[in-house]
Parts: sequence; C-alpha cells; structure tokens
Amino acid sequence: MTLHSTEFSQKIHDPDQPLLKVDGLTKRYGPRIGCADVSFDLYPGEVLGIVGESGSGKSTLLSCLAGHQRADLGRISYDGRDVLGMSETERRRLSRTDWAYVHQNPRDGLRMGVSAGGNVGERLMAVGARHYGDIRGKAVDWLGRVEIAADRIDDRPTAFSGGMQQRLQIARNLVTGPRLVFMDEPTGGLDVSVQARLLDLLRGLVRDLGLSVIIVTHDLAVVRLLAHRLMVMRSGRVVEQGLTDQVLDDPQHAYTQLLVSSVLQV
Amino acid sequence: MTDQAYNFAYLDEQTKRMIRRAILKAIAVPGYQVPFASREMPMPYGWGTGGVQVTAACLVPEDRLKVIDQGADDTTNAVSIRRFFQRTAGVAVTEVTAEATVIQTRHRIPETPLTEGQILVYQVPIPEPLRFLEPRETETRKMHALEEYGLMHVKLYEDIARHGQIATSYAYPVKVEGRYVMDPSPIPKFDNPKLSGNPAIQLFGAGREQRIHALPPWTKAVSLDFDDHPFQTSKAPHDCDLCGARDSYLDEVITDDAGGRMFVCSDTDFCAGRRAKGHVGRLGEAT
Repeated sequence: MTLHSTEFSQKIHDPDQPLLKVDGLTKRYGPRIGCADVSFDLYPGEVLGIVGESGSGKSTLLSCLAGHQRADLGRISYDGRDVLGMSETERRRLSRTDWAYVHQNPRDGLRMGVSAGGNVGERLMAVGARHYGDIRGKAVDWLGRVEIAADRIDDRPTAFSGGMQQRLQIARNLVTGPRLVFMDEPTGGLDVSVQARLLDLLRGLVRDLGLSVIIVTHDLAVVRLLAHRLMVMRSGRVVEQGLTDQVLDDPQHAYTQLLVSSVLQV
Repeated sequence: MTDQAYNFAYLDEQTKRMIRRAILKAIAVPGYQVPFASREMPMPYGWGTGGVQVTAACLVPEDRLKVIDQGADDTTNAVSIRRFFQRTAGVAVTEVTAEATVIQTRHRIPETPLTEGQILVYQVPIPEPLRFLEPRETETRKMHALEEYGLMHVKLYEDIARHGQIATSYAYPVKVEGRYVMDPSPIPKFDNPKLSGNPAIQLFGAGREQRIHALPPWTKAVSLDFDDHPFQTSKAPHDCDLCGARDSYLDEVITDDAGGRMFVCSDTDFCAGRRAKGHVGRLGEAT
C-alpha cells in the first residue's frame, strides 16, 4: 500500500513528556466567555474527563483543542509542535492522521450516504491508500474490533442502529492509528445497556492501543469508568481537577459537591 | 435586420474580455475552476450557456466552427448553437472535425484526433467533481486548495463495493498534472484517455455555475483509480452497424418494438467519413 509512512508511523514518545500541553486557553464569544484560562497537560495513554453542566464551556474547549474553532488566547502544543501557529494544511493533516474526533451525534461524524466500509476507508484513502483490497481488509478488521458483523460492510449507516452508528464512527476514527482522540459525549443519546457495551468497548480500545483521550461528558458514570483524571468546569472556568476517584469521592469545590450529589442513585 | 443589432458573436466586447481573462487564468492553472461573471444567454441553462460564452469569447471572423451534441452534428442542441453563431458572428461552419478551428461539444470528444491550433469547448453542467460528495462549496474549495482528494476515491470505493467494478462511466474524474482533480464534464470515460496529452486547447465552460476550467495543449490528465482496480475505458461490445468501425464510441438505437436494435458511431462526422471511404457495416449500404 502506498501510504505516507511518516504520517502513519507511531512515533516513539517519551512517556514522561506530556503529549498535549495546554496553557491559558481562552475563547470568547463577544463579551461572553466560552472558556477561560484553561491549562492542563495530557500524558500518553492518559484519559482526561471534562465534566460540567450544559453551557459550562466544555464543548467550546474541546472544539478549540481539536482546531474546529480558533482560540483567542493561550498556547496548545502537541508533541512539541505549536498547534495554534500551524498552517491549516498541517493542522488538517494532523486531524486526519494523529488525531480523531468522535462526535456526540454519529450523523455529524459519518458520511450517511456512504457504506460502512467506505466510511472506515475514507481516512485511509485521505492519507494515500490506493489499493482497494487492502482498504477493504482494514475495514473488515476494524468493523470486527467494534463488534459490527463483516457482512454489514456494504450497508449504509442509515441502516444501522444508534449504537452501531456510534461504534462505526469510532472505527472510522481509529483506523489510521491516531494517538489523541477527542470525544464529545460519545454515549449521549444511547440507552443504558448499549451505553454500557460501548463504554466497555472504548475502555478496551483505549487500553489496547494506548490512546490518549479527552472525553467531554455530563455523565459522571462515564468518566468514573473511563477517565484517569478529571476536570470540572463551570461558567467557562476549571473549578477543580485531579484524579477521577479523588474528585468524585472527595469533592472539594462547592460546585463539584453539588454535581456529585445530584447523581441519582438507583 | 435584428441580426445587425448584435455585436460580433452576440456578447459585447467588455464581456468577452472578461471571459478571455478567465480563460487565460484557467489555462495558466490547468484544472483549476476560475469563477467568471456568467451572462444570461438567449437559451436556457443546461443547453450550453457556459460553452456558448467561451466559444463567443474565442471566435474571430476567420474561424470555422463545428458544434456537436453527444457526438452528432445534426441534433437540436448542435443545430441551434451552430445557427446562433452563424447569425450573430457570421463565421463559417463545418461538420468535418479536421477542418474546424473551434469545436463546441456536449459530452463527447471527436474520434478524429485533434491537432495543434484547434480549440475544443466543452459545455459543463457541474464543474465541481466533489459536489455530490461534499455539499459545502466553502469546504470543496478548501479541499482543492489543500489537495485533499481522498473523498474522490471514496466514491470509486463505493462503486467497487456495490458493483464489483468502477461503475462510474461518464464524468470520470481526472487529476491534472498531479495537482487539481477535475470533472471533465459528462463525456464517457471512453474519451478520458483523449483528454491527456491532447494537442488542442480544451476549454470547459459552466454557465449556471459560473466557472471556467481548462486543459492547455499536451497536459497530462490521469483518470483516478485503485492499484488493484485500474482505470478501464468502456464501450458497447459491438462494431458500428453503418460503417463497421470497431474502435469508436457507439450509440444504441432501438429500431422497432420487437427487440431490434443497432449500434452506430456517436460521432456522425467520423461515421460519414468512413462510409464515404467505402467502409460498410452490418446494416449499412454501400454509397
């Protein structure tokens, strides 16, 4: 397969160096604050959860990190490279090779008019794969990894259930072997049993592939299962951060205490 | 009387200058879609308003014009555009490919090889090859600018997945000089090899979409494909029933309601030329 080998090779990264360094990131919508003065480091293989209520700026933060929106202030460095200072060509290449973005609504992340195989193959073809058999082989392999039967490869996502669509979106994103995955409410809109299977799958993939993940959610159960570290946001600012269990079991900030105590116990 | 009221070739000189600038830019950047201020023409969109404007901008009184529609010189579209320029420009017209200096075409490249000095003008309905893959025009422009053409292959992938082969048979995308991906207008993919390294100037005009793109002479245009599913031309597996040609693109003609059919060259000038030289097909009569 004629792939740009440099783009595909998993660079050996020093596990003691952060993969992503964010410093003083600020995004305003006119006089309103989207998110303000957010700083954190993300290490290879680490899963960072961002929680907060609607309007707390967590989605704004994620889209600034992923380059979908331009931040007003601050610095983002990925693997030693300045993300905000990059040319658009470079950033878009990064976002289809080294990065992945899982949308809350699979319809935003999938091409609904294209078969499952085509959806998974798109990123491969975007980085130069030109051998149909190889692309299809990889697509079958990835559909298997996200528990979609191989005989569904030529079906369109419109024929899939919500949970299958979400798994397909994950396969489509992970096929080029990204190192950093952004997830925006990946389990939103799914019923609890499907959610549980998806979380299980995600946990397995993250562990097996050594992915670094930034996951935005309002569901504390999701971060409890997936995230190593947790950031709590309110009104665009980070009010508390720490190890997930520590933050959830012993919340310090009043808002975090409110958030944790608001969870319904079954 | 009213014929004298028009400027040479219908359009006013300022408009023709504007179109010529767009054409020059298109030739300078092969395969790139240059926007131009397309005018209302006295014919509906879809009838070749883009091609007519490009032809009008190229014509000089000494030109000899040929107009073809799906290869034929005698169909409505070809006849009316030819008459339009006879009336408004008074140029000589011809049906013989080799004699023409400007050829306006809809959906075919003539079988007779073109030569240096000829201009082939295509009527283009949709110049954007990515249109049905990515609906946002802002995004497709960015994709052209950044050379992100993976999506084009997704379309071909879908063809193979669904039909076992690349089923796209017309408007088959080509990559021009290793840079821009271009839609060659709905010519059959049988004609795609003729796009590449052609000695004539090839101009593409899209009136409704207000775009002009071009292939300068001797430009390389490679049809997109997969390593294990290479590009292949296709035509009906028959010989021409009138002239017996084996290597020309054929139209299927239903001749009765009992399953009778014949295959004839879509290029009427090519077919007539062969018959004049004495070639006879299955159903043809010696002339």
